[in-house]
Amino acid sequence: MIPLGHYLIVSAILFAIGTAGVFLRRNLITILLSVEIMLNAVNLTFVAFGRAHGTVDGQIITFFVMTVAAAEAAVGLAIVIGLFRHRESLNPDAFTALKW
Amino acid sequence: MIALIPFFPLLGFVINASLGRRLPKTVSGGLASLVMIAAFAVSVLTVWRLADMAPGQRVMEQTLYTWIASGDFVLDLTFRVDPLSSVMILVVTGIGALIHIYSTAYMHEEVDSEYARYFSYLNLFAAFMLVLVLGANFLVLFIGWEGVGLCSYLLIGFWFEKKSASDAGNKAFIVNRIGDYAFILGTLAIFVRFGTLDFQRIATAVAPLVPEPMFGTLSIATLLLFIGATGKSAQIPLFVWLPDAMEGPTPVSALIHAATMVTAGVYMIGRNAVLFGHAPETMAIVAVIGASTALMAGTIGLVQNDIKRVLAYSTVSQLGYMFLAMGVGAFGAGIFHLYTHAFFKALLFLGSGAVIHALHGEQDIRNMGGLKAGLPITYWTFLIGSLAIAGVPGLAGFFSKDEILFETFAHGHTLLWVIGILTSLLTATYMFRLVFLTFHGAPSHLAPSDAPSHLAPSDAPSHDSHAAPSHNGQGLASHLHDAPPAMASVLIVLALGSVLAGYVGVPGHNALGAWLAPSFQARSVTTLSDEQVGTPGKAGASGAGEAGGEGLELSLMVVSSIVAIAGIGLAMFIWLKRRELAEKAAGAFPGLYRLLLNKYYVDEVYDALIVQPIRIVSQEGLWRGVDVHIIDGAVNGTASIVDGGSSLLRRVQTGSVRAYAGSLLIGVVLILGYYLWR
Repeated sequence: MIPLGHYLIVSAILFAIGTAGVFLRRNLITILLSVEIMLNAVNLTFVAFGRAHGTVDGQIITFFVMTVAAAEAAVGLAIVIGLFRHRESLNPDAFTALKW
Repeated sequence: MIALIPFFPLLGFVINASLGRRLPKTVSGGLASLVMIAAFAVSVLTVWRLADMAPGQRVMEQTLYTWIASGDFVLDLTFRVDPLSSVMILVVTGIGALIHIYSTAYMHEEVDSEYARYFSYLNLFAAFMLVLVLGANFLVLFIGWEGVGLCSYLLIGFWFEKKSASDAGNKAFIVNRIGDYAFILGTLAIFVRFGTLDFQRIATAVAPLVPEPMFGTLSIATLLLFIGATGKSAQIPLFVWLPDAMEGPTPVSALIHAATMVTAGVYMIGRNAVLFGHAPETMAIVAVIGASTALMAGTIGLVQNDIKRVLAYSTVSQLGYMFLAMGVGAFGAGIFHLYTHAFFKALLFLGSGAVIHALHGEQDIRNMGGLKAGLPITYWTFLIGSLAIAGVPGLAGFFSKDEILFETFAHGHTLLWVIGILTSLLTATYMFRLVFLTFHGAPSHLAPSDAPSHLAPSDAPSHDSHAAPSHNGQGLASHLHDAPPAMASVLIVLALGSVLAGYVGVPGHNALGAWLAPSFQARSVTTLSDEQVGTPGKAGASGAGEAGGEGLELSLMVVSSIVAIAGIGLAMFIWLKRRELAEKAAGAFPGLYRLLLNKYYVDEVYDALIVQPIRIVSQEGLWRGVDVHIIDGAVNGTASIVDGGSSLLRRVQTGSVRAYAGSLLIGVVLILGYYLWR
């Protein structure tokens, strides 16, 4: 059986990759993908703790997170399409003003 | 039923103020007069019922509701009619109604909305005055007290487009405020001392006390109240507003001088006769102020040239008489003079209004003369009024003035009596100077020079050449028309009153004095008060008078009659026969003449001592200093702090998503770090 610590390390690595993606990439879609990676890192943590404690709470939370993440992805992508129609760009630095 | 008396004029005010501009003149003016007549009818009915009661118990009360209830202090909005207020409501509604009727004709040149505005103010004035005289405690009286101040401001400044009129309105209001402030303090002092504001309860509480020998709480309280009275009733030092009040329409002057407003102070002292009776120090001050005001105003009246101004100073002078009477403890005599004065002063003012009306706004008596033939009704009624105020035997003013002088003498104030007699001489002289200059002699208004300066100066030259009788020059003589019926009838009624009003107080059978006497004593301790109150509180015309001997009264009466007739004779000699004598006298004492003509420079002294310092402190200190630097500085400082802070903070709002995410991350790491390693 794989100890809890390994799961957490993998999760931390995944989270760090996601964070780095959010900060370093200049493409909105990639950023959204990075956010998904971060979410899944958190999911992995929940599931791992749930298994370690022998409860289902972690899995239930994970389902919620997946549901919200699906909704978030839908809304996020819709906004990205909307933005792209305005500026022909996916670079977040092109959208620093509150209105134009 | 009592509440109906002030309610009727108030109703007239509400209707005229809200709908007046859409009503034709006959409706708005008629309504205003009608409500006054209704109020007068109710007053007569009330007094009728009052007269049916036993002499000692003549009191009627109506409590509308409890105004203030705080702990054991309960104050009701109560109206109370007793002999004193019965006289006042008759004067206010009776004379007031006549003035309203007169005004319907006098003001007919105003446009509809102005006309309605005028009558709404007039009604409101009467309503407040009625609240003042009917109020059963200091606070209800104070509502009326402030209300008449407001209305005098509105009416004096009625023609507010004219700078002098709005200034005069301001002056009246501000000077009155000074008095009102003292009045409030006096009321508070009374409350602190007695724990009640009800006049009857105060009187009952005061009656058993010994009159204050030295200056104490009662003296201070009454003195403060008296300062309030000097404001309302135009006595030294606050009389300066009354002569300027001439800027208002003439019927307003009549209303202020005769029926409302200036009588308030006299009434207030009469209402608190027991209280004032226990403060001999204050009483002495009241008497001295009254006498000196009478004399001072009389001397000023002697040289003024504006017909209304002469009358204004005569009012100040007559009010001085009333305060003299109050001050020597002859409350009945003071109220008697108030009542007769209402008739002849209303008559004189309305008569002068008729003259001004006939001359299209001319007020300078030097430009008048010889009006007797053109204005017979005005002349004869004005003459009766002048005879009455001069104190010619048989007319109203004679009885009341004589009673005051007699009481003054009988109470041992010989010096004040001499001043009173001297003033009586002055009164007769300046009143008949007015009569002779206005109605007798050569008609100097026919002078070919451009006559009345007040009216339509612009259209005068152009019309002069071709248009026949216009409003100036020769045209004036043929244009003279006596008062229209509404005005003339009022003048005649008032003239009758000026002749007959005095007969309710004939020496020996002083019905008015006997009627009023209970009002000047504490009701529930009537039996005690006579012995305990002592001379000043004894009050009532019947007080020392009857005992002092009729012989003395008779001889004093002869003296004052002779003085009155001498005054008229003097005026006749100077201004009818040898007019150049007056100029010669003025030339002989140029300093004195200028002093009188400029009203003892009181206005200038007040301006230098009070107005200018306040103005300088306000402008340089309060405005340029406190307002600009401290208050504006605080406001602007707050704004610039917010402004500077914002311009720093807006740098943070870059709009870059990554920067936001970075700050988020750093924040989370810091918080987590804090909890992990603390």
